[in-house]
Amino acid sequence: MGPNLAANYTEAIALILFCIGFGNLLLQPNLIKKIIGLNIMDSGMYFFLAEKGYINGHAAPIITDGITDASRYINPIPSGLVLTGIVVSVSVTALMLSLTIRLYKRYHTLNLDEISMKLKKEGL
Amino acid sequence: MGFVRNFPAISILICMFAAIISSGLPRKAARLLNTLVILAVFGLSLTTFIGCLQLGEPVVYVMGIFPAPWGNEIRFGVLESGMALFFSIIMLLSIWGGRHKMKDEVARDKEFLYYVFINLLFSSLLALVYTNDLFTAYVFVEINTISACGLIVIRENGRTIEAGVRYMIMSLLGSGLLLLGIMMTYDITGHLLMSNIKEAVGGIVSSGESLVPLVVTIALLTTGLCIKSALFPFHSWLPDAYGYSTVSSAAILSSLVSKGYIFLLIKIFYRVIGFDTVKSSRLLNVLFVFGLIAMISGSVSAIRENDIRRMIAFSSIAQIGYIYMGFGMGTRAGMVASIFHILSHAATKSMLFISAIGLTDVSHGSRHFIDLTGSAHRNKIAGIGFLTGSLSMVGIPLFSGFISKLQFMDAAVSLTYAKMLPALIVLGISTILNAIYFMKTVLRIYMPIEKLGANRAQADVVTNTVATPQRMGINGVVIEKERITLREEKLYGFVIHLFVILNIALGVCSNTILDWIRAGIDMFS
Repeated sequence: MGPNLAANYTEAIALILFCIGFGNLLLQPNLIKKIIGLNIMDSGMYFFLAEKGYINGHAAPIITDGITDASRYINPIPSGLVLTGIVVSVSVTALMLSLTIRLYKRYHTLNLDEISMKLKKEGL
Repeated sequence: MGFVRNFPAISILICMFAAIISSGLPRKAARLLNTLVILAVFGLSLTTFIGCLQLGEPVVYVMGIFPAPWGNEIRFGVLESGMALFFSIIMLLSIWGGRHKMKDEVARDKEFLYYVFINLLFSSLLALVYTNDLFTAYVFVEINTISACGLIVIRENGRTIEAGVRYMIMSLLGSGLLLLGIMMTYDITGHLLMSNIKEAVGGIVSSGESLVPLVVTIALLTTGLCIKSALFPFHSWLPDAYGYSTVSSAAILSSLVSKGYIFLLIKIFYRVIGFDTVKSSRLLNVLFVFGLIAMISGSVSAIRENDIRRMIAFSSIAQIGYIYMGFGMGTRAGMVASIFHILSHAATKSMLFISAIGLTDVSHGSRHFIDLTGSAHRNKIAGIGFLTGSLSMVGIPLFSGFISKLQFMDAAVSLTYAKMLPALIVLGISTILNAIYFMKTVLRIYMPIEKLGANRAQADVVTNTVATPQRMGINGVVIEKERITLREEKLYGFVIHLFVILNIALGVCSNTILDWIRAGIDMFS
């Protein structure tokens, strides 16, 4: 366990980031802090994927000196996946923020529990 | 097969382009385009389904020019095309059934957005059903989540926005875990195409190396999709999201969106990991236990609920528990029962939501049980729809719910004692609980009006809603009829008829459908 962890410390950091974000998204009552948690969670995941996709000493997969040997380059797909993932998380964040603005304008609070209490009082 | 090979890809693309075009169209044109697109997908899926039945083996369709290990693929057999066909039927009926309420629920200048969301949702559902690539599946899961959230919040009152936020939070937690699972799968196998991953997983299992990461991966993928499809501990967002959104949204969300995720999970079990590997990881036992708890707790919450739409929503939690219990049995028979229950629940639950709206319409818009008393006499067709749906949910022969319960029982009997006893006992208890809350509602909506008057006089309860039988008969019907034009009312009645026919057809032709499901599962892996 010890040597493995030392060799893969970047993955461990990425997963710790993921867990921090996950916990924030799940447990924070404040909507803005929830959204920050979402972004930390996503960043942790992209960090994990980018780290997994990079091999020390290998170059970006662009052929310059006529070397076509695959072992000299890294796999470009993980980087592509990271980019796609970032696009998804940006759009989801935008949607969450816009819903938060709506709720704030209506109830003048960012606390999701307080909003639920006010809704119960409204009795819609 | 010939040109039919292209049809699944075409049906995904026309939905997506229809969504883009609808965003610039006026209200009525967007509505027409939406109907046409769903009808077109219905036709395309029907042709594909017949083609697959004749061909008898799965078809791989390469998207783009790169072949298998690198490119993107669509892969379909009987089960996938049949599911797409079924989804298009339910989608069309749900939208038609909620059409007369649309002008009360959605602002007129926002209605075109509703059709944008529906088209996007439908295209992502089709993509989830057909795709053979895990990362494509993730992207479409997110599109599905965003458009489903749009369908919830489009009503624009405080309740729905709050429900939308809660839905988004739970869904994002689920998709975070799902994405992490997909990344770890890619890490340990080096592939994103489902069939290639399965070969690599076979190598991992036989070599015995990195088995722990494999189990963690399966757990992450399963948990992610369980959260998204509202399995028991993750269901807190569901009653509000289904109970307060527009009626079409509630029908679509309960019958299609959660089923899309469940179908993806089945696909991951069979095509990505391999069912034997999943079974040996003992993860299915966890699903089994949570399924059983969901069956009881969903029904108990439904009995305590006083609002008809929230009651139907809580019943969804119990029914999703049934589906996961079928997975947890870990046998082919259990899986067949679960897939049949997906069909049966989708057909029944959307019918219940749509007939419930007919009943609340003639009760001054109130959704509380006390005001719904005798409402089936005021809106006969909605009463028939609700009665059929309730009988099917409880499991009366002739309706589809009976067949799925029978299949679950059948599958349970062949298990070991440790699983058979809890499965049978909980199925029995859950059926009784279902009967309690559905029959309670049916008795209430069919209560004779004269008796109601006598009761009211004796008990002297809630007099401000409907004072006397005569006033209720006149006001209840006539005022409501003024608001709904005749054509829309005919469409509503027609939709309920179709739902009843679909439900009975699922129950009567069950042998053929079960054969198709078995053939589909064999083609799956």
